[in-house]
Amino acid sequence: MQGWLKGHGGADETIRHLLGKLLTDGVVDGLLVPLRTLDGRNVVPTLVRDAALLERAAPLAPVLPVNAGTMLGRITASGALGRVGAVMRNCELRTAVELSKVKQVVLDNVLFIGVDCLGTYRVEDYARMAEEELDPVTAALAAAPEGRVEPLDGFTFRPACTICERPIPGVGDSFAPYIALGLLGVEDAERLWVSVQDDALAETLGVEPGEEPEARAAAVRALVAARTAERDRRLAEFTERVHDPLALLVEFSTCIRCQNCMVTCPICYCKECIFRTEIFDHSSPRYWDWAERKGGVRLPSDTLLFHVTRMLHMAHACVGCGMCSDSCPVGIPVADIFRAVGRRVQESFGYVPGRDPAEEMIIATFREDELGEMGR
Amino acid sequence: MTDFEPRIVAFLCNWCASTAADLAGTSRMQYPPNVRVIRLMCSGQLDPIYVAKAVLEGADGVLIGGCHPGDCHYQSGNFKARRRVAILHQVLGQLGLEPERVWLRWISASEGQYFADTVTEMVAVIRELGPSPLRGQWSI
Repeated sequence: MQGWLKGHGGADETIRHLLGKLLTDGVVDGLLVPLRTLDGRNVVPTLVRDAALLERAAPLAPVLPVNAGTMLGRITASGALGRVGAVMRNCELRTAVELSKVKQVVLDNVLFIGVDCLGTYRVEDYARMAEEELDPVTAALAAAPEGRVEPLDGFTFRPACTICERPIPGVGDSFAPYIALGLLGVEDAERLWVSVQDDALAETLGVEPGEEPEARAAAVRALVAARTAERDRRLAEFTERVHDPLALLVEFSTCIRCQNCMVTCPICYCKECIFRTEIFDHSSPRYWDWAERKGGVRLPSDTLLFHVTRMLHMAHACVGCGMCSDSCPVGIPVADIFRAVGRRVQESFGYVPGRDPAEEMIIATFREDELGEMGR
Repeated sequence: MTDFEPRIVAFLCNWCASTAADLAGTSRMQYPPNVRVIRLMCSGQLDPIYVAKAVLEGADGVLIGGCHPGDCHYQSGNFKARRRVAILHQVLGQLGLEPERVWLRWISASEGQYFADTVTEMVAVIRELGPSPLRGQWSI
């Protein structure tokens, strides 16, 4: 059922009220929800069982210190002790869907509560806003009804967000959440636009049925179109730039091989990544052999192999959340690279990460009547 | 470029392609000596990192050989390998890493001649393409 939820003084407060009701009424036994840290400089995914904590819930805070999709795995993979309401942005929700396919998240006891994403900032930027007493949520909520999604003056959104063509849960080949909370293109401050899959629950919550306002549909279309255009531009720029092996080397020339991109990538779930095994503890003589053969060997070795292997192993399921770029200490546009590569792989198989938990991952299945021999 | 001898790394499955290579050898079939064979139990055992490593280390070509569709000793390993090689092609292509150097062929145990022909053809094509631009790169 789609319709309107009675407001409680602003979208932020209305959502907090809704979450409190879900928890106290026993619709869910726990909530995975972003909570403000004590100092207010960060907002972190938290498993909440005590409704009193929801006072600090900040479901709209525009910051993504960790991908909550990964965190959903922590609290469900080996057995959730109850039903969890997972309050997420669409990239996190799509992450959770992908992780469920490789059994890192179990969706049986999960109710997704998707929230329109109005863009996110880097952790350090969000902290600075808090220090300077700027309020990005109020600013975003003031612009959203008119369909505007813009960063605060003097700040920029995370680069991954500016090419995210799926900012609205359930829209654009995305898995539809149990409850979707709409902000974009909705003018009414007195009520919140919601979509609830279970009609009985919608009634319990007091949802007043209604048609989706045309202004919202138009705002969503416009945002998706703008993001898609920007995505195409940025990815074309990458393709233009990285057209041969030397250009690829240049792209990663500043890599310090910290492997942060792999650590923070929600799709890179392997407990024992090959790059953290003794396979890459080469014996000293091997380095000398390589140096002899090639004239020299860059140390640590295998930097490009690390990135290319990651592309081969996970780009097919990349949701474009951008955690990799955030965590790169030298500012390599890792997320753009993975989106460019991932998009090509995904489109060649007609696969959309995060679309449907029942859809098998590209490398987990095959069709007998597809493809042929390859090479010339 | 006349003295360029392509170096091709071949990953061949135990039951079909590698047996075909043996057959070519025991039958004294002639084919260019440019191929270095690594035997896998199944083409489905091929982790794409093997190919990435070969390509980045400067192999001029990589040949992946498995059983014909439907003939896999492990039922479906070759189908899985095929998807991985398709992904490899897309990724290498997006990165400007010359996917045309990576070949996938189905070669049954009895097709010694086809193995010899494949290697002959591949060497000729790669010779045409020239050496891998990554050959002399110390900085990868």
